[in-house]
Amino acid sequence: MITAIPPIALTVGANRVVRGVAIPHPVGDPGEEPAVEFEIRKKLLEKALRALCEPIKEQTLFE
Amino acid sequence: MKEFILRKVKVRKVAFGKYTEVKNGCLTIEAAALTEVLLEDRQMKSVDIRIASPGDSVRIVPVKDIIEPRARLSEEESPFPGVFSDPHVAGEGVTVSLDGVCVVTTGKMVNFQEGVIDMSGPGAEFSTFSRKNNVVLVIEPVEGLSKHEHERVVRMAGLRAAAFLGRAGIPAEWEEEIRVPGMNLPGLYGMDPALPRVLYVCQVIAQGLLHDNYIYGLNAQGCLPLLMTPGEVLDGAIVSGNCAAPCHKHTTFHHQNNPIVEDLLKEHGKTLNFLGVLVTPVKTALVEKVRICTQAFKMARMLGAQGVIISEDGGGNPENDLMLLDRLLEGAGIKTVLVTDEYAGSDGASPGLADSTPEADAVVTNGNGNQRVTLPPMDTIIGWPESIDRITGGHAGSLRPDGSVDMEIAGIMGSTNELGLEDLTTVAM
Amino acid sequence: MKTIRAVHYLNQFFGQLGGEEMANLPPRIVDGPVGFGVTLKGASGGRVEIVRTVICGDNYAAENTEELAKEVLRWVSETSPDLFLAGPAFGAGRYGIASGTLCKEVRGKLGIPSVTAMHPVNPGVEMAGHEVFVVEAKDSAQDLKRVLPMMLDIGIRLVDGLSIGNPGEEGYLPRGVRVNVRATKRGSARAVQMLLKKLAGEPFETELPMPTYDRVLPAAPVRDLARAIIAIGTEGGIVPRGNPDRIEAHNASKWCRYDIAGFDGLEKGDYEVAHGGYDPVPANEDPDRVLPLDAARVLEREGRFHKLHDWYPVTVGNVTAVRSAERFGRQMGEALAAEGVEGVILTST
Repeated sequence: MITAIPPIALTVGANRVVRGVAIPHPVGDPGEEPAVEFEIRKKLLEKALRALCEPIKEQTLFE
Repeated sequence: MKEFILRKVKVRKVAFGKYTEVKNGCLTIEAAALTEVLLEDRQMKSVDIRIASPGDSVRIVPVKDIIEPRARLSEEESPFPGVFSDPHVAGEGVTVSLDGVCVVTTGKMVNFQEGVIDMSGPGAEFSTFSRKNNVVLVIEPVEGLSKHEHERVVRMAGLRAAAFLGRAGIPAEWEEEIRVPGMNLPGLYGMDPALPRVLYVCQVIAQGLLHDNYIYGLNAQGCLPLLMTPGEVLDGAIVSGNCAAPCHKHTTFHHQNNPIVEDLLKEHGKTLNFLGVLVTPVKTALVEKVRICTQAFKMARMLGAQGVIISEDGGGNPENDLMLLDRLLEGAGIKTVLVTDEYAGSDGASPGLADSTPEADAVVTNGNGNQRVTLPPMDTIIGWPESIDRITGGHAGSLRPDGSVDMEIAGIMGSTNELGLEDLTTVAM
Repeated sequence: MKTIRAVHYLNQFFGQLGGEEMANLPPRIVDGPVGFGVTLKGASGGRVEIVRTVICGDNYAAENTEELAKEVLRWVSETSPDLFLAGPAFGAGRYGIASGTLCKEVRGKLGIPSVTAMHPVNPGVEMAGHEVFVVEAKDSAQDLKRVLPMMLDIGIRLVDGLSIGNPGEEGYLPRGVRVNVRATKRGSARAVQMLLKKLAGEPFETELPMPTYDRVLPAAPVRDLARAIIAIGTEGGIVPRGNPDRIEAHNASKWCRYDIAGFDGLEKGDYEVAHGGYDPVPANEDPDRVLPLDAARVLEREGRFHKLHDWYPVTVGNVTAVRSAERFGRQMGEALAAEGVEGVILTST
């Protein structure tokens, strides 16, 4: 789960959580140049993929 | 600080007439003059002014904002400082209100967070606004505007109309006064130490289109918590750009008549010492929440607050701020009460909040916004009838062929207002 | 007044078939009242008649709950009763679980009002669910005399369509359902009074106890990412232009799937934000900002994972009831897993 507000995701029971940019654009950043914004998005997805491959026993926020 | 006096001119009836004035409890409106003032905004294409009175078979939808007409004694001062004029500090001296009148803005939807007001029938019971004489502005902006520009045109029109009509209250007889003593910190601390010092934290959502608030005309997205006197809050310092969701968000009217401020003032000097209001923006990113809530916590401690009431604006992520601040305050021994509403599903069986913390042991709820109702058909719809399927609380097929509406009270203006203006609550069954 | 025909569930002990040594007895029916069941007609002023009693051993019930439920549903629907009663189970855990579960099944699947009674900490309380009334009973069977009339009274009112008051007044355990009512004072006044009490150290009652959420065990990790099919999805309501399936802006009643096979990204204008709870402008400009298709495609081409799934699941998580969200999540997961997807990246707004 990529979300800008990890505490809420953790409270409601999500197990693999990655911190996103902001509520209206969790995997985007309109304040940045398009190329930079794409890199941010790609990095977040890469982190999410790593989280999917990580064995965990409890809820985890992946930094 | 000087005393603030809000003088309420009671209006029982509104009609169109030759002049804009209040006589014998009746407000007459010179429609052409008001229209001219509103059309000064060149992004406004046309405006239709309608009147909806309590008991009428009228449905107003989609409602964007609701504003109480106000005026300062001095014509140079706007009742909404900083919005179309230089900001003076509100909450001192005399302001006049037309009590019983509301300006209601409607027209094509900007986005689906707008709501409904029924002036009679079961829907009317859910909303204070069914008991007001509503001056409804059906606004059409010029073509080609962005959503943000459309929203701005509507917001400004509502405020201009409220200021225009408010002036009719100046020469009129007023029936009720709210007096807020001018106070500063030394004065507050000089009061009876047995009276617990109470700070009111008023959340104002600051999250973008139709989720914004304006503090002295400045978008709250750019603000850190700001300490205000009770008078400032009641006197137009905060203007609403928030439409989400119709049931629980604060319209400009709610800010102007903030019931938590009113009820704390009633107890001030008697059972508590009301330190003031900390207007606290709520933003989306976690870093902003931490920044703002830690500031609010600091202010509470600097002021020596012993008790805090926090009211929510919105639902969902603002609950994160509520819990974050509650945890900080309770951790420092500051007794906290939260004022909110809940979305517990139409069967009332879902958890009603998006976030929680064990420290939040004192919560006032203003009802479950998911309660379903069926509103009967009304003779007249002011606004844009088809919008009811798309507004919050409605769904595809909400509007039935016979004109009745099957929806959640989430779409009814003010039904679960999180400042506690209404008396709806929820109980565990 | 119409007679109320009822089916009654009892364990082996109250069914007069024996004690703990008979706990393995499979279920059987008697067409009439059994044990204290014979007193129910008199205790209800002649209104409630037990037309069938189901008796089952506690062990059998605990170990074969699903089969028992199927049987009981059949036995109940055969007689078309107006009311279903189970127990009272008092503090007996296995009996309580059976009673609660059966009441929930009968009420849920057959729509027949169901009432039981047990001690508040009996695990059967949670099995009963939101639509079953569980009268609060003590730990001991000596409470039977007190509790029975209460069960009957609530049962009769349910059948007659009369309202049932709140748990405190009526003596039943809160069902986990919240209902809107009018208070005598407005919310702001109640908040000020609550704070004054809290400051004075006086007792007060919160109007909204903090909710608790279910926990789910973390899924096993994806074993071989390079070979895996990965899906992306969102609750941010990114839908094709025009929101063709009309997902609601608020409290969504459904989730949808949309094809992305062969698309390299989400173009402005082709997709829009259906979610009514956040500023839609950034995502309407570039929907990839909420549903990261463009970056996912690039990672797919780089071979980070084998394949991006052909469709994405979407709903609107704007004050959508938690139970709906749970259901959507389960359905999305099942649908994706059935098509070989091993991992899903969801975004939340």
